[in-house]
Amino acid sequence: MAHVHGLRCRECGREYDVAPIFTCEWCFGPLEVAYDYDAIRAAVSREKIAAGPLSIWRYADLLPSDRNPAVDLGAGFTPLVRAERLAAELGLGEVWIKNDTVNPTNSFKDRVTSVALSKALEFGFKVAACASTGNLANSVAAHAAHAGMRSFVFIPANLEQGKIVTTAVYGGNVIAIDGNYDAVNRLCAELADTYPWAFVNVNVRTFYAEGSKTLAFETAEQLGWEAPDHVVVPIASGSLLTKIRKGFDELYKVGLLDREPEIRVSGAQAEGCSPVARAWLDGADTIKPVKPDTIAKSLAIGNPADGYFALDAVRQTGGGLAAVTDDEIVDAMKLLARTEGIFAETAGGVTIATLKRLAAEGIVRPDERVVAYVTGHGLKTLDAVEPTVGPTAVIPPTLDAFHDAFPPETIQE
Amino acid sequence: MAVIVRIPTQLRELSGGAAEISAEGATVVDVLRALEVAHPGFAERLFDDSGELRRFVNVFVADEDIRFLEGVNTPVAPGATVSIVPAVAGG
Repeated sequence: MAHVHGLRCRECGREYDVAPIFTCEWCFGPLEVAYDYDAIRAAVSREKIAAGPLSIWRYADLLPSDRNPAVDLGAGFTPLVRAERLAAELGLGEVWIKNDTVNPTNSFKDRVTSVALSKALEFGFKVAACASTGNLANSVAAHAAHAGMRSFVFIPANLEQGKIVTTAVYGGNVIAIDGNYDAVNRLCAELADTYPWAFVNVNVRTFYAEGSKTLAFETAEQLGWEAPDHVVVPIASGSLLTKIRKGFDELYKVGLLDREPEIRVSGAQAEGCSPVARAWLDGADTIKPVKPDTIAKSLAIGNPADGYFALDAVRQTGGGLAAVTDDEIVDAMKLLARTEGIFAETAGGVTIATLKRLAAEGIVRPDERVVAYVTGHGLKTLDAVEPTVGPTAVIPPTLDAFHDAFPPETIQE
Repeated sequence: MAVIVRIPTQLRELSGGAAEISAEGATVVDVLRALEVAHPGFAERLFDDSGELRRFVNVFVADEDIRFLEGVNTPVAPGATVSIVPAVAGG
């Protein structure tokens, strides 16, 4: 069960009762769920978690919803894959890929949606809604269908066709907006003020964001209840990175990790939308919003809500940030596929390209146990790699034709 | 030079419940300071102790984020709409 005693402003510390609110009335800072960690410590154990469902809900004691049953398509408990060939190519030692491409709608967003809609039902909402760069659209449409909720999903009109189809198929309302994500987001803030809907990443965002902690919980459990030394996380709003760090800290706080984690946190952005990386590279205290222009559309948030907290996390832990080009993104998608058999979407390309950069710069080191978070499936962004891959040969169905294309002496056993 | 200021829910207690109020001013900072004069309480909510706009307060002039324009010194044309938007969510 949830052990929540209220909500707290991350900026000024003011406290609020549990409600579908997301900003501090005083200073407009974002709210965060405040837990009773003593109660959680008394309630959890590694054994209880091991006996739980193979989904994010095995960590229900550390999540903010009491909805039973939860809105659950089976998000979470995705593979943590040891990436020896990738590590060798990058000159690193122990590298793991948290492969979140295999969630129910093929991105990590199923974690946050499952928590958000469970909480939304607890609050009595009947309509699910979101502003999305694509992955959340898929996830909200699917989970709303599963829960029998109506849905309104708002996306930028220039989204990849695949992500539009894989949202619309669930039968909810899909509204394409003539504008970028930040414009969509702003409209949704106004709609959330007007309609009694659960906008998962607006008025329910406080709860929604907690779902991302499960990526840290699973990583630790899959490493035998140990924390990694360094994590590399893509940044869109900055929430995922912030919550992964929080997740590891909570595990120690409630006694599930024996040693206090000392994790270096690094962030990944695309050059065409890199407000947080830019602030880090410039040593600036303010994050200046940008107008995104990148193939990594799922990370194309020019005005990142949790950008300051992500920047703080990187600075406090001695991590790094990189802003990688579209060409580096495509190369990294192919590198991960070629070395590890994992096909990531463009955001995963951003993460792996950043890992490569930071390894070359000596920020990610060979003596570290590194976990890179690959958060969405490559089939969602086929357009990105389609121009650069294809059949090795096109031949008639004869042995001679095959031998012409691949002379036997060139083929090894 | 009256402009229209759109007030978010969190601040409507200060505007007597109104979602839009009229204010005078040639720049964003003038307009926001004018709000304080007409409806005391706005300034401490919008500006921090050093007089800077709080970092989670977003202001738009004619639908453009003022951080893409000239910040609080962005000119505001008569009849234009200035929107105060709480911490963006999303992501």
